[in-house]
Amino acid sequence: MLSAQRLLAVARKEWIQLRRDRRSMILAFALPVFLLLFFGQAINWDVTDIPLAVRDEDRTQRSRALVEAFEESGYFRVAEWLERRGDAEARLARGVVTGVLIIPAGFARDLAAGRPAPVQLLLDGGDANTATIALNYADAIAARFSRDVLLEGRRVEAPVTAETRVWYNPTLESRHMIVPGLIAVIMSIIAAMLTALTIAREWERGTMEQLAATPVHRLEVVFGKLLPYVAIGLFDVAVATVAGVLVFGVPFNGSVVLLAAMTLLFLLGALGLGIFISAAVRSQVLAMQVAMVATYLPALLLSGFLYDVAGMPRVLQAVSYIIPARYYIAVTRGVFLKGVGLETLWIQGVFMVAFAAVGLGLATAAFRKRIA
Amino acid sequence: MSGALAPARGSAMNEPAVLARDLTRTFGRFVAVDRVTFSVARGEVYGFLGPNGAGKTTTIRMLTGLLRPSAGEGRVAGVDIAGDTRELRRRIGYMSQKFSLYTDLTVAENIELFAGLYGVHGARFRERRAWVLAMAGLEGRERRLVADLPLGWKQRLALGCAVLHEPPILFLDEPTSGVDPVARRAFWDLIDGLAAGGTTVLVSTHYMEEAEYCHRLMLMNRGWVIAEGTPAELRARMAEPILEVETDDAPRAVEALAGAPGVLEAAMFGRAVQVVVRDEAEARAVIPAVLAAHGRAVGEMRRVPPSLEDVFVSLVRREGGAAPG
Repeated sequence: MLSAQRLLAVARKEWIQLRRDRRSMILAFALPVFLLLFFGQAINWDVTDIPLAVRDEDRTQRSRALVEAFEESGYFRVAEWLERRGDAEARLARGVVTGVLIIPAGFARDLAAGRPAPVQLLLDGGDANTATIALNYADAIAARFSRDVLLEGRRVEAPVTAETRVWYNPTLESRHMIVPGLIAVIMSIIAAMLTALTIAREWERGTMEQLAATPVHRLEVVFGKLLPYVAIGLFDVAVATVAGVLVFGVPFNGSVVLLAAMTLLFLLGALGLGIFISAAVRSQVLAMQVAMVATYLPALLLSGFLYDVAGMPRVLQAVSYIIPARYYIAVTRGVFLKGVGLETLWIQGVFMVAFAAVGLGLATAAFRKRIA
Repeated sequence: MSGALAPARGSAMNEPAVLARDLTRTFGRFVAVDRVTFSVARGEVYGFLGPNGAGKTTTIRMLTGLLRPSAGEGRVAGVDIAGDTRELRRRIGYMSQKFSLYTDLTVAENIELFAGLYGVHGARFRERRAWVLAMAGLEGRERRLVADLPLGWKQRLALGCAVLHEPPILFLDEPTSGVDPVARRAFWDLIDGLAAGGTTVLVSTHYMEEAEYCHRLMLMNRGWVIAEGTPAELRARMAEPILEVETDDAPRAVEALAGAPGVLEAAMFGRAVQVVVRDEAEARAVIPAVLAAHGRAVGEMRRVPPSLEDVFVSLVRREGGAAPG
């Protein structure tokens, strides 16, 4: 006995209220795009141009060639030439440089004599991630330099070579990975915050009592309130997708329809979660805080946005199953970069249907028309 | 949907509009409403009178399906209040204590919203919309935000939204609190008009003078019904006579009479003093003597009919409890 007319009456009212509330309008339309543009620009996991201080005690053509090899790799940049070895520690400690390359005197002579010619690379391990990457780059550069020295220009085929090819993101640009993930993270947070206010506001203003005294069914209230926000969420994701492609040059290889359908499922769950929180706590301030806590850190840390889920401790992996952003991130990345379809993403689809059902179920259950 | 305003299945025309039997509501150990029993006939204006905390709002909330009774039963417009609340709500209009229309919506948007919720559409919607605007005096102000309206107009609009679907029964919970006396009088004219049109109105108030406008009323205190009847019947139940005494200095006279033998209560009434006494003959002898002893001049003494406030205080005193507030 649900009535479309009543549902639309609630939806229309909600939309008018939203339109007249500047805070909600900013949250709904300006914030998602701003966050995407800002963080899409700011977050960058590519390690390039690592600042290096060099102490060249050899001062030969060979030692200069080694420094050039570091620079030409593109991963290192010589920020400073040191006068004394003793300055190295101070430079690292102050964070002016990430590494110090020390080429001892006799480097060229040892190479010419066919003796081992050790050079020293000191790295700032404070950022373990960057240090590890720098270490690997340095090893590769040294190995290649050694080979060139040994071969002296002769051509020899190595017995084993790995022919690597990187798929989906061939240039290994982290931005291509970040932008689709960011869309999922931003929408998780925005969706819950958008609806977190709606029911609590009605309880605080006393309008809920008047609404409750009408023949409206709680499903009509929940879905009527949901409707405008679903439209806004779809609009936001559409704008973000266009921005991702046009502004950040992220490839879009998959199906727009699939992305839209999956987004719809995701939004139903995420918006439902916001309504549930709102109905459960009945206070706007509290609902906003709970919505932030419930979506922000999980979407950021446990969704696979920052860290690969497979690399997490088992407990966190288990928790990540109930984080909807985890599935939606797989969808956005899959559709953008891999161009995969339902044959791969149906698992995410199933989880998101479940999530939508739970979100809406909780929202409807928590929303009681009885006052106490 | 179509039968929204039709009489309930199986409800005879002679069934009262509202029927409550031993209606009780507790919150934890606090008994907000204690075994309230009453019935209201069709077209009657029935009042709940009592101070804050008397249980008026809780009673109305139970009858509108907003609160589940802890015990007892009730039927409103032939529908069990513990049963299908949506069926119940099609047959009632409700205006809550706190003003609760959407202030960020315009006058017209509020009317459209409640029309949508009550399933009023088409030609009937246009007709009802015009009726509400005329009734509330809001013609030409349809596009004003409700937040910008004076309270009296807001209350009339809220009443209009509550009766958009022409419910046979209307519940008003302190509809005039905070409204100035002129707007209050105008609001009661609207209630009278609805009742004359056949609507049963249940209204709570703590304004004693408003109670006089009710056909019948219930006096409530601390969850209890302390009396029920027409205003005239209730006045007749007051056993203690009231004497109005003219004197030269009313405040001092009140002081002098407090605690005098046979005097239950003395209060200023304009420049005179009203004294509730145990026995009229006794008082006519005692009062001049006491006042004279205190050096007060005594003028005319006459018996006056009790106000509902006097009745209320008297009945609470008889129950042995104190009226709060």
